Amino acid sequence: MNLINIKDLRKDYITGDVVTSVLKGVNFKIDEGEFVAIMGPSGSGKSTLMHILSFLDRPTSGLYEFKGENINKFDDDYLAELRNREIGFVFQSFNLLTRTTVLDNVKLPLVYSKKTNHDELAKKSLEAVGLSHRLNYYTNQISGGEKQRVAIARALVCDPAVIFADEPTGNLDSKSGNTVMFLLQQLNDQGRTIILVTHETDTANHAKRIIRIKDGDILSDEPVLHRTIADADKDLIK
Amino acid sequence: MNFLSIIQLVVKNLRARKGRTALTILGITIGVAGVIIIISLGAGAQSLILGQVTKLGSNLIVIQPGKTAESGAPIPGLVITSLVNSDADALRDKGRVPYATAVNANTRGSATIIWGNKTIDTTFLGTDSDYPKTIDFTMQSGQFFSAAEDTGGANVVVIGSEIANKLFSDSGVNPIGQVIKVKSSVQSNVGGVPLRVIGVISPRGSSFFQNQDELIFVPLVVGQQQILGIHHLQMIYIKVDNAVNSSSTVEAINSVLKQQHHILDDINIDFTVRRTDDAAKLLSTITDALSLFLVSMAAISLVVGGIGILNIMMVTVAERTREIGLRKAVGATKKAIRNQFLLEASLLTGLGGVVGIIIGVLVSYLISLLMIKLGYDWAFIVSPLSIILSVGVSILTGVAFGLFPAIKAAKLDPIDALRYE
Repeated sequence: MNLINIKDLRKDYITGDVVTSVLKGVNFKIDEGEFVAIMGPSGSGKSTLMHILSFLDRPTSGLYEFKGENINKFDDDYLAELRNREIGFVFQSFNLLTRTTVLDNVKLPLVYSKKTNHDELAKKSLEAVGLSHRLNYYTNQISGGEKQRVAIARALVCDPAVIFADEPTGNLDSKSGNTVMFLLQQLNDQGRTIILVTHETDTANHAKRIIRIKDGDILSDEPVLHRTIADADKDLIK
Repeated sequence: MNFLSIIQLVVKNLRARKGRTALTILGITIGVAGVIIIISLGAGAQSLILGQVTKLGSNLIVIQPGKTAESGAPIPGLVITSLVNSDADALRDKGRVPYATAVNANTRGSATIIWGNKTIDTTFLGTDSDYPKTIDFTMQSGQFFSAAEDTGGANVVVIGSEIANKLFSDSGVNPIGQVIKVKSSVQSNVGGVPLRVIGVISPRGSSFFQNQDELIFVPLVVGQQQILGIHHLQMIYIKVDNAVNSSSTVEAINSVLKQQHHILDDINIDFTVRRTDDAAKLLSTITDALSLFLVSMAAISLVVGGIGILNIMMVTVAERTREIGLRKAVGATKKAIRNQFLLEASLLTGLGGVVGIIIGVLVSYLISLLMIKLGYDWAFIVSPLSIILSVGVSILTGVAFGLFPAIKAAKLDPIDALRYE
């Protein structure tokens, strides 16, 4: 079954009398377990596309089916619940809470969920990214690479159907970036759907499929022939 | 999102910004403390004033010479002689004033008491044997003068407990039977009038701001003729059998006195009839109004404190825009965000309220200690209502002033909020 199915998806922004079309009728399907990179230069509409796919925004027109359900019919509160349950976010700038411990940061999405065993789930999630030894560190006491791994742990904690990673290596050095890509590939190997948004070909080549968009249209949608496999940093990943 | 986890979250946020939290609640704290202190002081003052009035006794009607000074106070020093002994006699007529259980005619003046080599300046009351029936008190020793002593103008005196102490306690002499001399300070009765002490009244504190224990009591005729050399009265007390009859008694008194004074037109009325219950009611109305005024002043500071909360919450929402964006991205609904900030504001003001109550109660208590030390009959009163009210108002302030920033936070678009720098 398709996880994501979009048909003729459009997004227009209206400023006064000027209508700017950011997405001009986009079509694709993403199956469960895929690792898709959405590529494009800035202003191409890839961020808007990601926002719509992750229920942060709504299309102006067109169909968006998630797990077979048309999401246009849902209200904001249900979309919030859906984000909590089905979506994990990894941002370029980490977006961790300051003056808060690693553990509490990972627990954040659980606060809005119906789950009860918060500590247990958060610890399990941090173990998966190799940060069990950093539970009670404050976010200003850890490195950039570790911050992004905390963010991945946070994205995982509610066991979502899909993880959206928006330029996850953009603020990292190549070594830390490599670790992050390794983790994403590992998660995908375990069956998790990953949607990666990037403008860097090197990063996109870690995915299995690349959708290129420009000026609101899909340029190409093809599998990655020579996939880059990130290797684990033995010191960081157990 | 459950309530407990919101509380945990909010407490964590407030603790992370201790300095700001303390400064923010200061306005509310001062406002609440102000309300508590003012209500407590108002209640204390009211109990003090009412105590002064009601100590006179209830169901009491007071008649004074001179027209009711509605347009202002009577001229000081002006002696009004319109009330005389025959007026009191006329009022004793059961047929005309049926509900009066006692009619007590009084005159008063300042005098010097001499006993041995001791002299005391005090106030004396020339009164009659109905005095114990109108005013509540008990005898410490001896007795009050009888009707026979009163009408016969016997040379006897009843003294207050403090006078007895000052004159006799150091020599250990029993006051009863001693002869003291009473000299008017306005009338030249050289050497003073010798009077035999027949009773001492138990301590009873002050009423109408006069220390009752420093008074001495002589038969009316003695006071009028021997000490003061006058024929008029300064006050008549009438005790009514039951409060329900006090209005009709006031009317009866008016008609008796008008007839006595040959007054046809109310404009010429030369006496004043008052009920102590009225005075008590009037005084409590005044203190209530005063308290209300002061409380509303303090309430203004609560509003100012609320605006402080509004200000800080606006800053907090702006500061935490990215956090709000993140929370929405990971599943927070509008309601959850709104509740978080609303709870934060109410917790701030609630905290300010609690601190304010502690300070307010403490200060009120210290003031009551001071007033008691100064000799006032002061009661330390903190009404539970004032506490409930101020906590309620402060939390309400938090909700009222926190609502706008909270709604603002809830309405933030997660995409914009996540991009916010």
